[in-house]
Amino acid sequence: MRVVSLLAPSVAYLLVMFVFPFAYGVLLSLRPKGGGVSLANYVAFFLDPWQARTIWVTASIAVPNTLLTVLLALIVAYAMRGGIWLERTITTMLVLPIALGTVLVAEGINGFYGPKGWLNQALLSLGLAEPTRLTHNYTGVMLALFVQHFPFCFLMLLGYISGIDPALEASARVLGAGPWAVFRRVMWPLIAPGVAIAGALVFVMNFGVFPSAVLVGQPAGATRTIAIAAYQEAFEHYDMSMASAIAVVMGVCQLAGLAVILFLRRRMAGTGVATMGAGKR
Amino acid sequence: MITSLAFRLTKRFGAKVVLDDLALEVRGREFVTVLGPSGCGKSTALNLLAGLTQPTRGEIRLDGVRIDGLPPERRGFGMVFQNYALFPHLTVGANVAFGLVLRGRGKAEIAERVRRMLELVRLTGFADRYPGQLSGGQQQRVAIARALAVEPRVLLLDEPLSNLDAKLRLEMRGEIKRLHADLGLTSIYVTHDQAEALSLSDRIVILRDGRVIQAGTPAEIHDRPQTVFVADFMGYRNFFPLTVASEEGDTVLARAGALALRGRTVVPLRPGDAAVAAVRPEDVETTTEPPGPNVVRGTVRLTEYLGREHGVEVALEGGPTLTVRLAHPVTVGSALALRLPPERVVILPAEDGAR
Ligand SMILES: Nc1ncnc2c1ncn2[C@@H]1O[C@H](COP(=O)(O)OP(=O)(O)OP(=O)(O)O)[C@@H](O)[C@H]1O
Ligand SMILES: [Mg+2]
Repeated sequence: MRVVSLLAPSVAYLLVMFVFPFAYGVLLSLRPKGGGVSLANYVAFFLDPWQARTIWVTASIAVPNTLLTVLLALIVAYAMRGGIWLERTITTMLVLPIALGTVLVAEGINGFYGPKGWLNQALLSLGLAEPTRLTHNYTGVMLALFVQHFPFCFLMLLGYISGIDPALEASARVLGAGPWAVFRRVMWPLIAPGVAIAGALVFVMNFGVFPSAVLVGQPAGATRTIAIAAYQEAFEHYDMSMASAIAVVMGVCQLAGLAVILFLRRRMAGTGVATMGAGKR
Repeated sequence: MITSLAFRLTKRFGAKVVLDDLALEVRGREFVTVLGPSGCGKSTALNLLAGLTQPTRGEIRLDGVRIDGLPPERRGFGMVFQNYALFPHLTVGANVAFGLVLRGRGKAEIAERVRRMLELVRLTGFADRYPGQLSGGQQQRVAIARALAVEPRVLLLDEPLSNLDAKLRLEMRGEIKRLHADLGLTSIYVTHDQAEALSLSDRIVILRDGRVIQAGTPAEIHDRPQTVFVADFMGYRNFFPLTVASEEGDTVLARAGALALRGRTVVPLRPGDAAVAAVRPEDVETTTEPPGPNVVRGTVRLTEYLGREHGVEVALEGGPTLTVRLAHPVTVGSALALRLPPERVVILPAEDGAR
């Protein structure tokens, strides 16, 4: 009885916040506009290349962006592990975009990287380049997502890395490990779980990209992501059922991405430190 | 086998001088302990020797060759940390093998050496455990085995026993002494525990605020402290500020009011000098002698049962308190006559800032 009463709040929370909306969405998606109960929405989605293509479009943004964000965040956080000059200032600057929010960041990117933006004007006035198109296309969305998700990923990894006892690195050095060996044999196995979690979260956020894809992307073509497709069904065609089906497809894709990341993480734990012995955690 | 490790190091953090021209020469097979209170720069000194921190100024020579330009991984030292610093993702065996793998030794050789090392620290059969599954003492033994596996030219130990309980500390102390002797190691040991320093070392260096205050064999440091600071560290609990009255050879007579003490000097003193007399509690004895120099009277103020003996605080006539160890119990409030044997009293120059 006691256990049940202790669990009740979190179970209720999960039910209200996740299970119910999700189940509702799935049920809705199975009752297409035409009536009856069927998989018609899913069939229609996958048979229409204009719709099905959004999976590929989204993945081609989300996957490279996740890799890039995690890699750069890892490099910066690792380099800062020993504490650096002006650390606070630099961390604050890196973290600012989180506080600004998606729309403001998109505006900023338009203002800076846009056709009439500072960057192009500066390059032009120096006679260095033709005006380059960095916004309202694939690059624009990549930039926006990177600016939004890098700080988050960086903070997570910095927390992870600074939680590792510096004496571990010191003793590895004294035992004969150069900087690369320290990373590969000591730090990486300890950071890898954090990298996997950060990567999973960034991937999920990337896969659901919507405002950036509209504001600095090309929502009618190159950056018509799956979230835009769902939005259009819901609020342009007023087909909530179809929109739910697309949202479910999106959720499944995100889960698939998570599964791949967790699988890689397992594999790495098994082999990454194989030369040194098993990598049990 | 090395023949000597000589260094002279200064380290500043910003404006703070942490090590002020710390110079020492350690001979091969010697066990040197750096002893000092918290914050005196002990860990900094070891980190400089290991190459984990860069000195502000100075040099390190191993058998005459400068090594201060080498990164830690190329110095060939071993280091044992206060918190063990075992790699949590590796088994005990892999931890011990770590340095050997980096040196590219063959599989069979590594396996054999790991086995020998674990045997040496009495952990045979623990190779497949993870550090998280070991007790503190076992973890510390793994840390020692890991450092010794690579046959370090110098072994650096930074308060390796301070996280262990009293019994284990004693046990591991013996273990370290045995390993040092059996393997012919050259060791530098850092601690703030005088008992560890006395029992382990060939030589003790006492550090205070980054400066060497006194260096010598354990017996020299123990019996002939040159300063109040060292005496305090070496278990002299009673200190009396006095003025030197007369001097003959290396004994002096010093007084303050009714208190007159004859004692040995380590540093020469002249009549009129301000001095401090230092006595260990266990060197004071009860007496029936009439009052005179080195005989004092007082009232028992506090007693403390210590097992084999009794700790007693005596309020002396004229003010000061004397802490003594007696074989027999006494009652609070009773009067006592005590003798401070002249050969056990050390008269030191007074210094400002200490005691
Ligand atoms: N990175 C640093 N930056 C600034 N000051 C430091 C740094 N490292 C150490 N110090 C200072 O140097 C002094 C000596 O430190 P150290 O760690 O060597 O002391 P210690 O003798 O090992 O003390 P403990 O017995 O507590 O370990 C201390 O006052 C400490 O505050
Ligand atoms: Mg220390």
